[in-house]
Amino acid sequence: MIDTALAERTLGEALSSGGDFAEVFAEDRQSTSASLDDGRIEELGSGRDRGAGIRVVVGDTTGFAHTSDLSETGLLAAARAASAVAREGGGGTRRVALGARRDHRTEAGQPPESVSKTTKVSLLRRAEAAARATGASVVQVSAGYGDVRRRILVANSDGLLATDDQVRTRLMVSAVAKGDAGLQTGYEVVAHTAGLEEIDTDGRVERAGEEAARRALVKLSARPAPSGVFPVVLKGGSGGVLFHEACGHGLEADHIAKAMSVYTGKVGEQVASPLVTLVDDGSVVNEWGYVAIDDEGHAGTRNVLIEDGVLTEYMWDFLRARKEGRASSGNGRRQSYAHLPMVRMTNTFLLPGREDPDEIVAQTPRGIYVAQLGGGQVNTATGDFVFGMTEAYLIEDGRITEPLRGANLIGNGPEVLGRVDAVANDFDMTPGTCGKDGQAVPVGCGQPTLRLSAVTVGGTAGD
Amino acid sequence: MTELQAVAESVIGRAGDGEQVEAYVSWSRETSIRAYESKVEQLSFSESAGVGIRVVQGERAGFAYVASLDPDMVEKTLQEARDNASFATADPFVGLAKPDGVAPPDLDLWRESVSSTPTSDKVDLALAVEAATRAADRRVVSVPAADYDDVEYEVALASTTGISAATRRTGCWLSVQAAAGHEGETQTGYGVETGRSMEQLSAERVAAEAADRAVRLLGAKKAPSARMAVVFDPKVTGTLIALLGSALSGEAVEKGRSLFAGRIGEQVASEVLTLVDDPTDPAAPAASRFDAEGLACRRNVFISGGRLESFAYDTYSARRAGVASTASAVRAGFRSGPAVGMRSMSLLAGRSSAEEVIRGVDLGMLVQSVSGIHSGVNPVSGDFSVGAEGLMIRDGQLAEPVREVTIASTLQRMLSQVTAVGADLCWLPSGHAGATIAVSEMSLSGR
Repeated sequence: MIDTALAERTLGEALSSGGDFAEVFAEDRQSTSASLDDGRIEELGSGRDRGAGIRVVVGDTTGFAHTSDLSETGLLAAARAASAVAREGGGGTRRVALGARRDHRTEAGQPPESVSKTTKVSLLRRAEAAARATGASVVQVSAGYGDVRRRILVANSDGLLATDDQVRTRLMVSAVAKGDAGLQTGYEVVAHTAGLEEIDTDGRVERAGEEAARRALVKLSARPAPSGVFPVVLKGGSGGVLFHEACGHGLEADHIAKAMSVYTGKVGEQVASPLVTLVDDGSVVNEWGYVAIDDEGHAGTRNVLIEDGVLTEYMWDFLRARKEGRASSGNGRRQSYAHLPMVRMTNTFLLPGREDPDEIVAQTPRGIYVAQLGGGQVNTATGDFVFGMTEAYLIEDGRITEPLRGANLIGNGPEVLGRVDAVANDFDMTPGTCGKDGQAVPVGCGQPTLRLSAVTVGGTAGD
Repeated sequence: MTELQAVAESVIGRAGDGEQVEAYVSWSRETSIRAYESKVEQLSFSESAGVGIRVVQGERAGFAYVASLDPDMVEKTLQEARDNASFATADPFVGLAKPDGVAPPDLDLWRESVSSTPTSDKVDLALAVEAATRAADRRVVSVPAADYDDVEYEVALASTTGISAATRRTGCWLSVQAAAGHEGETQTGYGVETGRSMEQLSAERVAAEAADRAVRLLGAKKAPSARMAVVFDPKVTGTLIALLGSALSGEAVEKGRSLFAGRIGEQVASEVLTLVDDPTDPAAPAASRFDAEGLACRRNVFISGGRLESFAYDTYSARRAGVASTASAVRAGFRSGPAVGMRSMSLLAGRSSAEEVIRGVDLGMLVQSVSGIHSGVNPVSGDFSVGAEGLMIRDGQLAEPVREVTIASTLQRMLSQVTAVGADLCWLPSGHAGATIAVSEMSLSGR
């Protein structure tokens, strides 16, 4: 995208008015999306985004500008705009020498450009057919396919020069079922940092359709969720979003730096049940939150955040790490070249324990079993979180019984972490999109089946 | 003709025989400033432009976009859109919008001052709101984010079916987050204002709002579970209105995904509720002369005195339903094709002040923010369960603060149980307007 000499000249220009650090982030992104709804392939879309973002850091201040013009003229103009924050005048262009380039790539067996549009569209048809075949009450199915090939280059005034060639592929199915109680919905997502080989394998396309339909159908006979405080068993997989929201965000160094997290100043303290070991790991190949390098050029790594309940580490991007005189943990990510990087999670998960998942249910006299969690939200300053249950059941006398209709779980991160009282030996991960400050990035969340001794369920039963 | 219109015209000039082509070209320039601890933390300048192209061949449509105005890349994008069209399922209702004779409103939404104001003045405003928030109350312990943002936005649209439209607008936002602390507890509050240009924004008002919303939550606790009245403040109401917007989409109705399907003419809400979408109101942040398919924007009344009057349609959903487009096509910029959506929804304001609405409640909760809207509200079934924080209302007076509770009901029931709409209607950054409303009963889950 940009050759080394041009990157060096751009960085020199960016620092020409002074400044401690400059960076060029160039991106070329090609994407395909296809949607099926109401029995029709509605539209196939293609997109191309190409440009560069340049930042200049002067003390505690960051200047940023971006351009879609990757020529020397465009890059130098953006560099000058970003340098507007450096007003002291540095006395002419500074020389920046870049080191040897480190190249990375997603090993994709079937990258997007090798798969025909006909094949991409047929995935939607197959998922739809599987969903409709699941039950006569399935009245509506929609499905979406998306792939992205994203090439990035990062160069900075410390001499770092790195590239990555990333491939991501995603399939989503949503079903609507109709019954006496009205309409109910269910969905399933399959997504990987990989080519189609990870999606179209082992019956996964059809299974996604069946799962979405099954979730909608189950809720037709569901009764309203109760309201009050209950033990909650989270099935392995989608419950990971709880830990992403309730805990992960509060461990991001930017929130810590501004004392906007309940975990500020708590490294070394017991912040969770001893059964909890929480990890953020950008190096898990194939997972949705995998990054060979983050968007600041640092390798995705495995970071243990909480070990046996004790807070061990925060997540860092380059800027916050630099201020603390330490290394980035590979958590500097951005939505695109038009955005500034910030501290973001990659794949965040709880490690498995020793118990049998069925046994955990059996030992719960009365409670809620959550088979799929929806999205959530957290206030990092208070730790208060909320997230939706998209598939849930009542547990009565140690058995999973009636399905429950949609309701939110609400709680407080630190409190809930202390209430993890059983962790199973299974494990699963689910893909998601994390939003922060208006930027969306792909993340993975995971956990084994586990039980929280008491969580508030916001249902409507009794109406 | 603007430069963007020239790009749009050049694209449709290359349409082949028997195909319809539409080009949506947009340009935007943004300045974004964040102040922290009396310094500029971030100063960023963005300028971006791009083209979204739809090609309709027979009964099939394809789409492609490029984030560039480079002629070669735009040409490739047209070919890509054309290629994509062949993979769609044939659908007799597919087609581009055609001029419908409605004249666009005469709106002046552009303020030169947005680009002519020196950046240093904008920086000063961000620093001022940060300082004012810290000074607003001694219990404000930090101001994690104080932001000034502005945007200049221009769009041009042309199609082989006779559409030719251009519109432009400017907008500014001033927002701040306050963190209030007391004995180890932290509560946050948010203040925001929006305007066409900087002169409309007041650092003092925004600071006072954020500080007040944070401070009044100090000491908040879970409330006991109970059924009670709920009063939503204007910001929360604005969020709820946006949810109703998706259920009023003619496309959702056509596809059997709306709780309002088949209910035109029925009383779906309390008679105090009148809901309109009016992008011709110059005060609406997202006001526009044209919708995203180039039809003139117009005022649409969806619910009048509680009665469901109509749905919102773009060209496709209107053809499918056998009605006319209500000019309700929106897009998320040039990167996507049009879809049914609302720009500027608002309620018809009532006569009572917020205080009077609250005075009418014996036992209830004033909700100042909600969380988990996207996971907790289902616009198809109407199930509603969200996290909430705010203040208890006892005997018509605001009482102790409450946090970490959920409030639940169904959208259908909430609509019919609205007992009052306040006079305090205000436009919000989301583009919609909110007012204080009271709902007679919801389930509150706490301890």
